[in-house]
Amino acid sequence: MARKTGENIKDLLFERTTGGFAFLVLFLAVLLFAVLLRESLPALRKFGAAFLVTGTWDPVLEKFGALPFIYGTVISSFLAILIALPLSVGAAIFINEFAPPWMKTPVSFLAELLAAIPSVIYGLWGIFVLVPVLRDVLMKPATKYLGWIPLFKGPVYGPSMLAAGVLLSIMIIPFILSVSREVLATVPQRQKEAVLSLGGTRWEMLRIVIGQHCIPGIFGATILGLGRALGETMAVTMVIGNRPEALLSLFQPGYSMAAVIANEFTEAVGDVHLSSLVLIGLILFTMTLAVNLAAKWILTKMVARASRGI
Amino acid sequence: MKKFCGVTAGVLAMLAVVSFASAADPLTINGAGATFPYPLYSKWFYEYSNANPGVRFNYQSIGSGGGIKQITAGTVNFGATDAPMTEEAMKKLPGPILHIPTALGAVVPVYNLDGVPAGLKLTPDVLAGIYLGKITRWNDPKIAELNKTVTMPNADIVVAHRSDGSGTTDIFTNYLATVNTEWRAKVGRGPSVNWPVGIGGKGNEGVAGVVKQIPGAIGYVELAYAKQNRMKVASLRNKEGHFVTPTLEATSAAAAGMSKSMPADFRVSLVDAPGKESWPISGLTWILVYKDQKDEARGKAMVQFLKWAIRDGQKMEAALDYAALPKPVVEKVDKALKQISFRGKSLY
Repeated sequence: MARKTGENIKDLLFERTTGGFAFLVLFLAVLLFAVLLRESLPALRKFGAAFLVTGTWDPVLEKFGALPFIYGTVISSFLAILIALPLSVGAAIFINEFAPPWMKTPVSFLAELLAAIPSVIYGLWGIFVLVPVLRDVLMKPATKYLGWIPLFKGPVYGPSMLAAGVLLSIMIIPFILSVSREVLATVPQRQKEAVLSLGGTRWEMLRIVIGQHCIPGIFGATILGLGRALGETMAVTMVIGNRPEALLSLFQPGYSMAAVIANEFTEAVGDVHLSSLVLIGLILFTMTLAVNLAAKWILTKMVARASRGI
Repeated sequence: MKKFCGVTAGVLAMLAVVSFASAADPLTINGAGATFPYPLYSKWFYEYSNANPGVRFNYQSIGSGGGIKQITAGTVNFGATDAPMTEEAMKKLPGPILHIPTALGAVVPVYNLDGVPAGLKLTPDVLAGIYLGKITRWNDPKIAELNKTVTMPNADIVVAHRSDGSGTTDIFTNYLATVNTEWRAKVGRGPSVNWPVGIGGKGNEGVAGVVKQIPGAIGYVELAYAKQNRMKVASLRNKEGHFVTPTLEATSAAAAGMSKSMPADFRVSLVDAPGKESWPISGLTWILVYKDQKDEARGKAMVQFLKWAIRDGQKMEAALDYAALPKPVVEKVDKALKQISFRGKSLY
């Protein structure tokens, strides 16, 4: 390893610079957390842990609680995953395994193009197309015949938790779809052929292959989609109805954390109001962080198990 | 080292150019605040700068709350707001401030009801009852008896309101709190409130979207927005018992009706104003300037601009769907402008 000193210095400099960049990212995240914490202190002091379970949001009396927003974010994102996951994985399997070659590129290209549409456009489309269609085709008949189930209780307005969930699912499909396709493509061709040569059907082949190889990857893709759904603001606020109440019925309006911050931040005059909004931001930040950390942990376990299985 | 010197020289040269350029630049006056008067202010700044090339304006429409924060911190030369500053907020100011009214706005109830033409008659208590969730159907006897010439449909009322904090909501809730004791006790007033019922839409366009999309919906938007989008507008019974259709004239009438009792600092609400023709949900919008200006040139330019705004500027209001200040109010504002000073010397 006899190098000229000049090169050593260059190497060192390069290492230090890139290291500095990496550190900067970490520093920014810590700083973000610290600022959120500092600004939310007045609300934390006033409401404490009760903030998480209180359902009132009254800017006039300065009584604040985050429950309806946490509920709205969690339910709408969960709904989105529930719809998007089977759709995306199904589409990924079709494109990779069954689609004729001429179809593969255009279909996957168009699906991925969905990711490039700005969320405000989704929101507008939601208001003018999705919400009226959902209301007339799905929600009205469902309330009429299944209204006794709390999830489908009326009255039906249109803007609702369901509309937000469906819109979000469309927005996260491209993420889950494209990662799922990558994951499916990593399965060695030989293994697939091996299953088929042993007399397995295509369904058995896919079940075995996906069960063995792809679950961790698809799980990762889902978390990616979930991350986007949790933080989505504009599209959600345009269709969710912006009502700070935690209601069981999916047909009723709700609210999300990101939406209330975007809506009320500019005109929040009272200190407690402003601080409560920042506190909601802090909760959202912590929540996404927790989801990602948990996902990392589960993923490592899954990968370890999957590699043992082979 | 040679390279380094070159770079330094280049930077220095650039700095020199920049500072030289800024010396020749026109005076820039910075402002921030309300979004409601933004189209009007843009027009004013454009016209005024054309006539007076020495002055330029930079206005950020970040919302009334933001405008108050910025002028309090002294980061802008003027603020703009749709709601007068509270006593509490004024205590935080480094010096005395003036509220200069520039224009009038009206908030109007809009609705989407098949078979019911524009001009549905509402009383203050009925409007409050709808927004309190006590009147839930369009054929409620309380609405039907006001509108005997039309058959009110047997349909649910869907209430729409703003989800974002806004001056429009502040005026609207202020009106409901003024005319209805139950509203005052239960909900109160503010740029955002805890709505008893309804769906929130972001911005005027959001509320308009909800109203247009949902049959049986009622909402409130700025008059200009309702006019430009040709929405069905309700007429409302005012303080003197007349049903009034919202127009620019009816809005100006509210300010005229209030002009006698207008306080010297102009921090007044125009809701439920006296006067036969007054539209009851009207409000002023203000520019906030400090009485004691720190920069003589900027202060002078600001006063000159405001003098122009309440004279020539008023003529541009109607074209942009703002209601002009009535004459008695303009005279009062003109007097107030004389109070703006630099080291004790009036800049008027």
